[in-house]
Amino acid sequence: MTNDILVLGGGIAGIQSSLDLAEMGFRVHLVESLASIGGKMAQLDKTFPTNDCAI
Amino acid sequence: MNMNDLILYEEPRIGVFVCDCGSNIAGHLDCADVAEYAKTLPNVVYVKENLYTCSEAGIVEIKKAIKGQNLNRVVVASCSPRTHQPLFSSSCAEAGLNPYLFEMVNIRDQCSWVHMGKRDDATQKAKELIRMGVAKSAGLEPQEEIESSLVRKVLVMGGGIAGLSAAQALADMGLDIMLVEKTSNFGGLLQQVHQLDTGGSARALLSKIIDDVQSRSNITCYTKAIVKETGGYIGNFEIKIDTQNGLIKDKVGCIVVATGAVPLIPKGLFGYDGETVISLMELEQKLKKDDLTARRIVFIQCAGARTKEREYCSRICCMIGVKNAMIVKEKYPLIDVRILYRDMQMYGTHKEQMLWDARGKGIQFDVYNPDNPPEVKEGKVSFFQSITGKIIDLDTDLVVLSTPLVPRSDAPAVANMMRVPTDQNGFFLEAHAKLRPLDFAADGIFVCGSGRYPATSTEARTQGLGVASRVAAILFKDKLVKSAIVAKINPESCVGCKACLTMCPYEAITYNRDKRICEINEILCKGCGNCAATCPSHSAQLCGYKPEQLLAQIGAA
Repeated sequence: MTNDILVLGGGIAGIQSSLDLAEMGFRVHLVESLASIGGKMAQLDKTFPTNDCAI
Repeated sequence: MNMNDLILYEEPRIGVFVCDCGSNIAGHLDCADVAEYAKTLPNVVYVKENLYTCSEAGIVEIKKAIKGQNLNRVVVASCSPRTHQPLFSSSCAEAGLNPYLFEMVNIRDQCSWVHMGKRDDATQKAKELIRMGVAKSAGLEPQEEIESSLVRKVLVMGGGIAGLSAAQALADMGLDIMLVEKTSNFGGLLQQVHQLDTGGSARALLSKIIDDVQSRSNITCYTKAIVKETGGYIGNFEIKIDTQNGLIKDKVGCIVVATGAVPLIPKGLFGYDGETVISLMELEQKLKKDDLTARRIVFIQCAGARTKEREYCSRICCMIGVKNAMIVKEKYPLIDVRILYRDMQMYGTHKEQMLWDARGKGIQFDVYNPDNPPEVKEGKVSFFQSITGKIIDLDTDLVVLSTPLVPRSDAPAVANMMRVPTDQNGFFLEAHAKLRPLDFAADGIFVCGSGRYPATSTEARTQGLGVASRVAAILFKDKLVKSAIVAKINPESCVGCKACLTMCPYEAITYNRDKRICEINEILCKGCGNCAATCPSHSAQLCGYKPEQLLAQIGAA
């Protein structure tokens, strides 16, 4: 079995999965169809309720 | 003497990297001028302006300069250390420089952003901040990261669907689990549920999961057991469990809190008597036993929820109310079913469809005004129908109150024992609403299920599975490595006044009675610096922020 994992989609869900898997020691390949990762969340300015900058 | 010690005796050779951040910084201040200025600062031997320092090209520049220019300190003047400090310091480490010899200056937030439109002022301030950063960096010392061992065992508190799911997933990963349930049965709140909103039997789903959990050799199940004490820290928690067979002491690496919530018993609300006026959970029991004799049923939503006393929306009661109304109507089409509500919260496409299906089945929905709530009296529900402006009297045999889930009465004790926070409603509070929804702020302790906020069984299971991933990200490592930015107390000069002890928000400081001094647990210390600022004898000092380093920075201002 290879130690590689493919994550399809670089929105917040794909990014967090990739991060957790990388922490566990897997080699992650994160694939995003657009030019940058971040997905819908990257289009937000602030997030409720903490007013953190979404990007 | 190793390489790191030698650096202390070498002349500082500082490299400064000024970032344009595209036009984010360079658009509002003169980066070229700032870079020219940096060349004139003491001990600075190399300066480079980059379009994006955090890009691959920018990182390569830093690494190349560390080796080629023999740099022993690196200063990056760019954005917020909160987001980019880890990237730059780890890049230094990759080039062979101790990562604690890196210093960051924030000329984006503190210059180009706040002084937008004042180019000269922003440029001048950037120069001054870099001068301060360079002065501090000259005095930086190399540090070794702190390592500690990990116990590959997990304590899961609560055997409801969330806790069971977490235990299942963690067991799949090969970790050892202690699953502790307070009552005599696993299954939690779901045991009281008749059918799931997706149609299947709750009992069948639960049995499958419980059987699986109980068959695993790496899950030790404890029922009628209570976690009495938790101490220690991430990787090495010391726990005491009161079980049916006496007190058990053990060590675990992480703790999962899945203690759940309970439905509000609507005593004193809408004439609740447990017979003709019952709660939603009591209706589930009636449906389970097929013991429904009523012919006219009225549901009252938000019973005891979204009031002055309990302001929050329990989120799942609309769905559960509609689900049960549909089950009743399907089984007994002649029963007259009405739902009185304030707003319907049927989130998700599947549940929104459920609402339309319910209307299609002949279930009647009416809005009531919370300022003028329905009255339940002797087989009658009266409410003000705003659309007609009339008081409507409904003859009824059974009133069902949709009550919210409320925190368990022992939640404050659990929170106190684990030293984790609860929100204004008494539910457990996660570290960050968006980015860390399953973590507590305290490292190594996690939360899932309705103890965090009312959750459907699907959500509770999802959270349980998610928590397993968060735990695995810690316990799959060989050892725990944490930042060396921690406080240290000099035992020679500490007089044991305990001023630092009271200031520490992480309970990382203890008083050593024998030596009469305060001592810091490096693993618990988060490097906030409260103790260092408080200590009257400067015995407590924060690594990387020692008085001489900070004074050098201030002196250059």
